Amino acid sequence: MSGAPTPAGLRAWLDTDTPQSRLQARSISAWNAWRTLSSNALAMVGLGIIVVLILMAIFAPVIATHAPNAQNLAGRLNPPGWEGHILGTDELGRDIFSRIVHGARVTLYIVALVAVTAPVFGLIIGTVAGTLGGWTDRILMRITDIFLAFPRLILALAFVAALGPGIVNAVLAIALTAWPAYARVARAETLTVRRSDYIAAARLQGASTLRIITGHIMPMCLSSVVVRVTLDMAGIILTAAGLGFLGLGAQPPLAEWGAMISTGRQYLLSHWWVATVPGIAILLVSLGFNLLGDALRDVLDPRAASK
Amino acid sequence: MTHAPERVKGETLLSVRDLSVTFDTRRGPFQAVRGTSFDVGRERVGIVGESGSGKSMTGRAILGLVRPPGRVTASRLTFDGIDLRALPDRQMRRIRGQRVSMVMQDPRYSLNPVMTVGRQIAEALRVHGRPSREEIRRRSLDMLTEVQIRDPERVLKAYPHELSGGMGQRVMIAMMLVTEPELLIADEPTSALDVTVQLDVLRILDDLVRRRGMGLIFISHDLRLVSTFCDRVLVMYRGRIVEEIEARRLHEARHPYTQGLLNCLPRIGGGHGDLPTLQRQEAWNDA
Amino acid sequence: MTNAPAPRIEVQDLTVVFGEDERRVVAVDAVSFRVEPGSSFGLVGESGSGKSTVLRAICGLAPVAGGRILIDGKPLTLRRDKAFTRQVQMVFQDPYGSLHPRHTIDRILSEPLAIHGFRDRDRRITRALSDVGLDPAFRFRLPHQLSGGQRQRVAIARALILEPTILLLDEPTSALDASIQAEILNLLSRLRRERNLTYLFVSHDLAVIDHMCDRLLVMKGGQAVEELAEGALSHRQVESDYTRALMKASEGFVRPDAA
Repeated sequence: MSGAPTPAGLRAWLDTDTPQSRLQARSISAWNAWRTLSSNALAMVGLGIIVVLILMAIFAPVIATHAPNAQNLAGRLNPPGWEGHILGTDELGRDIFSRIVHGARVTLYIVALVAVTAPVFGLIIGTVAGTLGGWTDRILMRITDIFLAFPRLILALAFVAALGPGIVNAVLAIALTAWPAYARVARAETLTVRRSDYIAAARLQGASTLRIITGHIMPMCLSSVVVRVTLDMAGIILTAAGLGFLGLGAQPPLAEWGAMISTGRQYLLSHWWVATVPGIAILLVSLGFNLLGDALRDVLDPRAASK
Repeated sequence: MTHAPERVKGETLLSVRDLSVTFDTRRGPFQAVRGTSFDVGRERVGIVGESGSGKSMTGRAILGLVRPPGRVTASRLTFDGIDLRALPDRQMRRIRGQRVSMVMQDPRYSLNPVMTVGRQIAEALRVHGRPSREEIRRRSLDMLTEVQIRDPERVLKAYPHELSGGMGQRVMIAMMLVTEPELLIADEPTSALDVTVQLDVLRILDDLVRRRGMGLIFISHDLRLVSTFCDRVLVMYRGRIVEEIEARRLHEARHPYTQGLLNCLPRIGGGHGDLPTLQRQEAWNDA
Repeated sequence: MTNAPAPRIEVQDLTVVFGEDERRVVAVDAVSFRVEPGSSFGLVGESGSGKSTVLRAICGLAPVAGGRILIDGKPLTLRRDKAFTRQVQMVFQDPYGSLHPRHTIDRILSEPLAIHGFRDRDRRITRALSDVGLDPAFRFRLPHQLSGGQRQRVAIARALILEPTILLLDEPTSALDASIQAEILNLLSRLRRERNLTYLFVSHDLAVIDHMCDRLLVMKGGQAVEELAEGALSHRQVESDYTRALMKASEGFVRPDAA
């Protein structure tokens, strides 16, 4: 280790060809990935949107100008800018801006929960099926196909209908419908690496199948899955919003963007902002994840980064 | 430049002076080819070097096939008196299709996998002129016969994956030669092939050079093969030509790099002792 | 062990079959040979000769349809166990494909030690690197930061870190430049001398095999063509036309007029 690095020293520490420790080797890979990513302007826009979303969720009570559920029946459906309501009020006189800010929490909560469940499950199923092959592969992949055969929203609807509406059940339903795609991606990636010499070499070293899957195959699949997750986030947000719109996601009075559009659509022609503002919020966040996902694909995709 | 050989058959087809290929990397510019100069007539010229010596890049630079961010500069780059440096894309493509061809190492990457061999050859023929269907068919069959494909009718209808490596490489050569180029640049055309097949392909190339008076630039890492096949050998090291020598006098090579390359190859009956290894010297970089 | 009467490797009528029914391919057809302890045996042939498949069958990476493989007189178990991996290791042809692209050299070398529960990993890794002539500074690099020759040195270090007695070499230098090939071949010769290793060396290059091996077996289309004793190649004491054709081809191109 080269001691506590100073800023100039840190730069040299990160740019060296001959790392001295595991930590340094890892830091250098991360630093190089970051440099490639940060040179992509659109990726930075996407990342910026997501960072704003996260900050908004964390500091919601500070940023919001009103309580998200405070009704004011005298001040219903007021246009943006009316008496300190930056984005106007909805049909119950609630401040739309504050509801958007608090809605970021709900959106982020859904995104985070789905992101830690579905891809992990899909990754495990896909790599195990791809590595073991044979009957294990056939059975696991047929199950995956069955899940894939249903349109995502319909399947999520069925689950929520069975489990009862609510945000946790909505997340569960989305995760249940999202994992097969990751299993497919992970399996495809596994099949391309499973016959490679380095896997054969690991096997020859006496590595167990579990070690090969977790230590050798999963790292190769990880980047494809991460890219896929990022690109899917937009779809997940839309599904969550769709469930909210249909009244099967977050329950009133909880501020959720989909549900906000749903109630706002009755007033769409006379009071456009009630439905449009949460719509723009969904659009922006989806766009952010898509832009970042595209750029991540360039940085992380092993095929692009192999040379 | 010892043993400056006399031009074999007078006429110069390709003339290259101070050819450089530069890539801008994060760590500053990197010169893959550094000021090479040579002429090619109607003869077999071998360019030999190890990986990273710039031999492939030289071949690509001649045909304007260096992709950005690579930059090609030369004080002279002429083919049959035509300046290739300033040539507009369209005319460059016509020269590439018609008068100069290139064969790459691996036919699997150079042939279009979703087109039959017949269509690909036809495509090459249509690049110039508008031959009739019968003419295309006749010329394709002739060409395939010429590269010693026994069943040209079947091969015309085949897709690249249905051909073996040697067959694919012959098809590739047929495709490149069907337009009857005056110069062929072959980049490791036989390296992916078995030794016995390799010699078949070389025999075809040899035959074409003799009968058509075609010029051939044969790029390879295999010094032994090049020395037995070509008339003249250019040895490249780190982007420079360090030695130019007649192939049959290769054993008289003066440059330590050429000598090193020759000596480090194991020989049948050479015993089990350690092979002499190449001691690279800084001075070679500027040779 | 070195004076044991049994050969180190004995392959009897080995047959390897891929696929079923119409797609059935006999990759290796009843091939037999013996390799004495401390010697180096060559398998030579063109693509499709089954030479690499023999190595893979020994390692359990290809399905054995018939015949027996014995190591030190003991038949191999169906599943290759940890004891086998301590005894037999392999170096692959493609130095770009045989090292995990996301693992540092350190991780590549420490993994076998971890699997087999070695304690003094740091010392062993440092020694393994110096044994194959690699600077310790390479230890935390990723494979893509190394040249082909350096990668092959890492692959050899990985194969030797478990201190096996048998090394299977599958065209270890055919992806390398001639000058690098010489360095790697010298390294392999030195390691064999120092550690009394037994080599089973596969190559398409007769000259490389003649240089590296005592005895050799010429293969074609999955079958053994002929086995040659030491010195037979240099004295041109070969029986089959195929071997003769291979010898001729290895000398380079012969112009029709010169022939």
